[in-house]
Amino acid sequence: MNFFQSITSALDIVLEKDPTSVIFGEDVAFGGVFRCTVGLKDKYGKERVFNSPLSEQGIVSFGIGIAAAGATAIAEIQFADYIFPAFDQIHNEAAYFRYRSGNQFDCGGLTIRAPSGAVGHGAIYHSQSPEAYFAHIPGIKVVVPRGPIQAKGLLLSCIRDKNPCIFFEPKILYRSAVEDVPFGDYMIPLSEAEVLSEGTDVTLVGWGTQVHVLRDVALMAQEKLNVSCELIDLRTILPWDVDTIAKSVVKTGKLLIAHEAPLTGGFAAEIASTIQSECFLNLEAPIQRVCGYDTPFPHVFEPFYMPDKWRCFEAVKKLVGY
Amino acid sequence: MSVMQRHFFQVYVKSKGLQTCHLINRRVFHRLSANLYSQNPPTSKFDERPEFPGSKSEFISKLKFIDPDKVDGIPVYRALGRDGKILEDSEDPKLDSETVIKMYKDMTLLNTMDRILYESQRQGRISFYMTNYGEEGTHIGSAAALDQKDMVFGQYREAGVLMWRGFTLDQFMDQCYGNENDIGKGRQMPVHYGSKEMNFMTISSPLATQMPQAAGAAYAYKRAKNGLCVICYFGEGAASEGDAHAAFNFAAVLDCPVIFFCRNNGYAISTPVKDQYRGDGIASRGIGYGMPTVRVDGNDVFAVYNAVKSARDMCVAQNRPVLIEAMTYRIGHHSTSDDSSAYRSVDEVSYWDKQDNPISRLRNYMTNNNFWDEEKEKAWKLKARKLVMKSFAEAENRKRPNPEEMFNDVYDILPKHLEEQKNEMKAHVKQYKENYPLEHYDKLF
Repeated sequence: MNFFQSITSALDIVLEKDPTSVIFGEDVAFGGVFRCTVGLKDKYGKERVFNSPLSEQGIVSFGIGIAAAGATAIAEIQFADYIFPAFDQIHNEAAYFRYRSGNQFDCGGLTIRAPSGAVGHGAIYHSQSPEAYFAHIPGIKVVVPRGPIQAKGLLLSCIRDKNPCIFFEPKILYRSAVEDVPFGDYMIPLSEAEVLSEGTDVTLVGWGTQVHVLRDVALMAQEKLNVSCELIDLRTILPWDVDTIAKSVVKTGKLLIAHEAPLTGGFAAEIASTIQSECFLNLEAPIQRVCGYDTPFPHVFEPFYMPDKWRCFEAVKKLVGY
Repeated sequence: MSVMQRHFFQVYVKSKGLQTCHLINRRVFHRLSANLYSQNPPTSKFDERPEFPGSKSEFISKLKFIDPDKVDGIPVYRALGRDGKILEDSEDPKLDSETVIKMYKDMTLLNTMDRILYESQRQGRISFYMTNYGEEGTHIGSAAALDQKDMVFGQYREAGVLMWRGFTLDQFMDQCYGNENDIGKGRQMPVHYGSKEMNFMTISSPLATQMPQAAGAAYAYKRAKNGLCVICYFGEGAASEGDAHAAFNFAAVLDCPVIFFCRNNGYAISTPVKDQYRGDGIASRGIGYGMPTVRVDGNDVFAVYNAVKSARDMCVAQNRPVLIEAMTYRIGHHSTSDDSSAYRSVDEVSYWDKQDNPISRLRNYMTNNNFWDEEKEKAWKLKARKLVMKSFAEAENRKRPNPEEMFNDVYDILPKHLEEQKNEMKAHVKQYKENYPLEHYDKLF
């Protein structure tokens, strides 16, 4: 299965097993602009897989209401770039719903899916990685998978988690990433990072598409510098797995964090400052952050904007040469 | 050849080979319904009608803007005159004396609670308060017409709905004090009530956010086939928010059994309605979204009752949203942080307080029907005051919840990082305990 098919597979399982579950958003009824909901309306009916009017604040709040009534709501925001009209509903409402009511009411049955990240030519409004905005909101969970197997298992966990979740799907992987995804029902736990390859010299942390960039960087570092990198996929941005990263940095003494989103206020800053205070005595070099620049995401300059493997490789060189 | 056959034939000939059968059927229905219901004569001898998917109407060949100033305002429905007499027999809800007395008692008890809590804020005993003066009729009239299991989404000036449903004076006071008995665990500002037991969704401060949520909850109720509806209250100011637009449109398009109940009290804090909108209030918008709509006299508890009762029937039977705009007047200040004499005259307020008040109107009705008299009024006033004062004193004397409650319910279970932050807070407070007001809280250590 490719990435989008693994999403469909997860949604199919939920619709089949949970009769209260519904899927809605802009253009999901005919299968979605990225084909993630193909066939689901025909299989489960138009009352369960339906188009909404074109309003992101409406989509998220409608989902909050469904979840507050005890049902399962899977809302789609067509591009993560367009999630901002719903920011108030996510931040002031969904995230605080349980807390403010003294746990009388909650909207834990809500999951918001949104395609995110660079796609080669998406420019300003079809490329954004807004996860750091949401990392500052107590009460929600934020998850980014790196491939089809992860996507299905993490999405099923998000949908069944008793808290509102935002699930960002790196859209460049929809067709390009293909793996042997189990057909059955399985879940991958939230708030657990995954060590993809063990190493001894430098810890590399990323999520989403950037994990694949860092995998290349690890190979280059091994070949060209004889440096052994430990590669970690963070997977859940909030609440994030401090222990796995700290444990790795205690071992390697060096940390590189990379993400597509702009540097200033990006989630790498949170990881860097936490690891700096957790692992101060183990750090042998300043933590490196390789990120998008502090500009809007540009159209024709995308190759120069991206935290690509060469920029990350250079950061590894800095770390080992410090 | 009948009308139907003729139209079908014409359409069929025109579209032959070009359109699918499905489209032809749709067009036939479209034309037929247009012909049956249109009051305007055909504008073209060829009987051509627009085929645009975005609307169903006819062509006109003269330019004509629709001028809102030349359309009559939506009338205000009343059942009860100011003198307490039913205006039309057919509109008498014929409620028994017990129900009417409960309506009156709840309205006046709310009024008594408002006066005492307002004063207590002035004395610095609670941090904030918002009264319900002048709008008690909208709360009680609507609440009485609902099933107790219908879900309520409110704004903040709907405490009467909770009172009708049996929320106790203690529960109101405990929330305002944020004490250890508050179901909300002292986390929100006063008047942000909520009760799972009473099917009253917890109030939040951001305006209009509850509106599309109410539509979503109604959608889930429709799917659950539980025979219930959702009611969503909001002020005319909140109706200017984008969420109001989303709510009306989603509810209509997705066939949600929700009653949108607008309290149009003339002001949003200091902003008069002339700075809020230019159309015919909120009701005129309902039609634009495709919702059955009515405007009622919000100071007439029976008019509100009748409207909500009918709206509820429509919602549940037809799975569609209904909009009710209750015209009223905000007699009190916006909140305890507001002095409304800075932007409106005392005379204006006094008119509504003395001449057209929901409580006095219902009292007139009760007196006319011998449900009530001066003696009962005196006894009830005294009792109501006593009940409120007793709850008030008790709530004031209760401790606040354990400060650990600050960390609970952010998520369903306490995540590791919050566990650590909780322990950090406890260790810190222990070390510096003389600097924190621990004596007012349930035992932290």
